[in-house]
Order: sequence, then structure tokens, then C-alpha cells
Amino acid sequence: MNLITRPFILIGDAVIQWLELIGGAGYLFVDAARSVHVALFGKRGRRLGWDSLWAQMVRVGVRSIPIVSLVVFCIGAILAFQMAPILRDYGALERVADIIAVAMFRELGPIMSAIVLTGFAGASIAAEIGTMVVSEEIEALEAQAISPIRFLVVPRILSTTAMMVCLAVIGDIMGVTGGMLVSRGFLGIGMLQYVHHTFDNIKMQDFITGLVKAGCFGTIISTLACHLGLGVTGGAQGVGVATTRTVVLTIVALILVDLMFTGVFYFLGW
Amino acid sequence: MSDVAIQVRDVTKKYDNRVILDAIGLDVQEAETLVILGGSGSGKSTLLRLMIGNIIPDAGTILSLGKDLCAMTPRQLADYRRSIGVLFQSGALFNSMTVFDNVALPIREHTDVPEETISIMVKIKLELVGLRQHADKMPSELSGGMKKRAGLARALALDPKVLFYDEPSAGLDPVTSAEIDQLIIDLNEKLGVTTVVVTHEMDSAFRIADRMVLLDRGKFIVSGSPDEMRNSKDPLVRQFVHGLTEGPLTDRRRAGGYESDLLAEDI
Repeated sequence: MNLITRPFILIGDAVIQWLELIGGAGYLFVDAARSVHVALFGKRGRRLGWDSLWAQMVRVGVRSIPIVSLVVFCIGAILAFQMAPILRDYGALERVADIIAVAMFRELGPIMSAIVLTGFAGASIAAEIGTMVVSEEIEALEAQAISPIRFLVVPRILSTTAMMVCLAVIGDIMGVTGGMLVSRGFLGIGMLQYVHHTFDNIKMQDFITGLVKAGCFGTIISTLACHLGLGVTGGAQGVGVATTRTVVLTIVALILVDLMFTGVFYFLGW
Repeated sequence: MSDVAIQVRDVTKKYDNRVILDAIGLDVQEAETLVILGGSGSGKSTLLRLMIGNIIPDAGTILSLGKDLCAMTPRQLADYRRSIGVLFQSGALFNSMTVFDNVALPIREHTDVPEETISIMVKIKLELVGLRQHADKMPSELSGGMKKRAGLARALALDPKVLFYDEPSAGLDPVTSAEIDQLIIDLNEKLGVTTVVVTHEMDSAFRIADRMVLLDRGKFIVSGSPDEMRNSKDPLVRQFVHGLTEGPLTDRRRAGGYESDLLAEDI
């Protein structure tokens, strides 16, 4: 490697790594999608399928409600404080509610919940599955003719996707509440006035596009976490590496996909 | 003792151009206990993984229970795996489930047996390995020997025709190790299952084996009864069986060009 070829090699490596990641995760996703019906409605897997789906929903979704609420609530409050001086200059202080509403429902509710969930659930899924690889549990499943995809991956993807949508709704509400309390307490905007402005400006589209994004985020978080977890090699250290990679790569992927969605929605006029 | 349960023919396996198994052949007779011996890196674990269908060979064929493992559809492979049991080195219990649920899992997954019957079946399997009192414990509460027993109970859950053991005595104290060996012998006699054990523990190997094979650098060096192995004149077998520090195995390691390595200039 000399100075001229080095950048090309580095960029090429990075591109190959991303392509591998997308390919691997995509392959896993297709595999999982194909065994969804067996996991949930198959004669034999039924009992376990629903049980583990339920357990995963509690683990991924319910336990992360407090932290998601806190984070998005604070973001709402921060936004209110940040917007206030500028809007006051324009004499349109009460429009804080409009801005927060659109920002929350379209963007911040879903993406902030997704980022929190990446740290909360993505990391834990990757670490859990990685540990199972290291302790031969995945091999043991295969040796017993139990597909790890159906048994482990499907419940995790389904539950994370479903719970991500629910969390986005909770995030939306908490964000607006955060903005409302700051507006009421420090900006002199009445609760009713705030609520009015929120509902006057928010369209069903804002809400729905946010939830569509949230569902995709949930699928991305869980698929990447499962993919990187299953790819663990080399013991405890490998689990650590996979966990870190999951968090970093998932957040990057989320932002990129978010950008893509937003662009598409913009040009479609949604 | 005449029927062949598993037939390995000219099987070669490579990882990144490194030959792990080199055109090996092996017959496992029905109901016998075959011990595959070999040092670390000799390819014995790879051979085990080939025989349970977790990996496929680069060349050669494996016929197990009359089926060609290399030409199986996923469904056929699943059928085959239901008729074998595997005890992994660490026991490989699912840590999120109790011992009972671990043993019940394959039955729940692969049969339509009602829950009351499953409970009876699981208790029978746990009694076989002496763990009936510990059914409600989580794997993290068990000792190493108990984990292996529980893993064995799970391997037995669907009444396999062949049982594979990966290093059954690894990481166990001598007494526990002897108990596991006795269990392997008992199960082989009581249930008449074909047993394949991969190990490097000589004491354990001599206790349980009907027949032994020694794997070295991806090839079989010798095969025979425990007595034949013990009295073998082959220097390599002698070194391995008696754990000698002088012999072909250690010579090979020493002949690694120490001198040229020391004197080599840095690249």
C-alpha cells in the first residue's frame, strides 16, 4: 500500500463491509420472513412461538418504555426552550406547539425511540445470541432439528418491529407533553391553547409516516442485531465486538434509512 | 454387531485451503462404542460436526443410518437430526430455560405429545442420568458434571439411534469424569444406541471404547480395540496413548525451523 492506493483500498474495504452487512442481514430477513408462518401458526411450534414472542415483547418493548419516555420527553422540552426566543422575535410564540408537533410525529418520536431501543434491545439481542453461539447453544438447536431462525430470530424481529411502533406512539405523546409543560411553565402558553395548536397542525399523514418509519426501524434494529450476533466468533471478546458493532452500525443504518424515507416522503408530497 | 450405522468415505474438508480432514474413511458399527482420538487440531471435532450434518464435506460421502448426508434436503436433514442425539462439550443447555424445559424442548418441538406425557417422558430421561431432583433448576445453578448430564438427557429426549459425544470429560474432575463414562457405557448397553465419542482423554477412552481410531493431521493413523492400541508398536500411537514427552508428535513441533526463524531478517 502506498499513499496513492491507500485511500482506495480503505474506501473499498468499507464498501465491501457494508455490502456484506446489507447482504447478510437481508438474507437473514428473507429467511425469517419465510418461516414466520411456521413460527406462529405451524402445528408444532405454536405453543413456543407465541410464548417467546410475548416474552420478547416484554423484554424489548415494555422494559424500555420508561427510558424512551424520559428521553423523548426531554427532547420535547429542549425543543420548546430552543424555539422560544426565535419565535418570540416573530411574535409567534404560540407556534412552538406546531413545530414540536410536526417534529415529534414525523421525525423525533420515531428516530429517538429507535436510537434508545438500539442501545436497549439491539445490544442485548446481539449479546444474547452471540453468547449462545459461543456456548454452542445455536449448534445444539440445529443438531436437534430446531431452526435457530424460527426459534430465535423470528420472535425477536416481530416483537421489536411491533414494539417499536408502540414506542414511537408513546414517544410522540411524551415529546408533545414535554413541550407542553415547558410552554405552560415558562413560556406562558396555556395547556388548551397548546393542545389546540398541536391538533390544528398535525395531519394524519404526519402520524402515519412516523409510524411506518418506526416499524422499519424496529425491523432494522432486530435484523442487524440477530445477524451480527449469529456471526460471533472467538469467545467473549467476539461477543463484545459484535455488541459494539451492532450499536454503531444500527445507528448509522437508522439515520441513513431515515434520510431515505424522508426524501421519498418529501418528493411524494406526503 | 454386523450392520454399519455410519459410513464415512473419502471425506475431505478444508478451511481456507487448510486441509482439516484428508480423504478419510470410517465405519461405525451398529450398537458399538467408537472412540475417535486425536490431539487438538487433529480434525476430530470437524469429523463429528460432519457426522451430525452441521457442515458438509468438500469431497466424499457420509452415509448415516442409510441416508446420504451430503445430498439431503433441509427437511430430510431435520428428519435425520431427530434420530440422533448430540452431547456438546459444554452441555450447551439453553440458559434461559430450566433443566426440565431443556429436556422437554425437542419433544415439544417435534411431537404432538400432550403436556402430561411430556412430563413423564422428561422425568424418565432425567432419572436415566440421575438428575430427576434437579428438574426445576436453571443451568447456571448446575455444576459442570450436572450440565453434561442434563445435556445428555436432552440428547436422549427423542430416543436417538446414534449418540454423539464431544469431549464428554473435558473440564471435569476425575471422579465426575468416571461417572460420565459409566453413564455412557450404561446407556450404550441399556438402550443399545450406537455411540461415537470424540476425546483426547485416554483414561476415559479406554474405559468406554469397544473400538478406537486415532486421528492425526486429518488422517487416521490406526484403528483397533483398546488392547491393540495399548500394545501398539507404532511410535506415534505409543506417544499419544501413554502421554510421552518424547516421540514423533513432539519432534514434529520441534522441527519447525527454529534456527532459520531466529536468524531470519525482519521483512
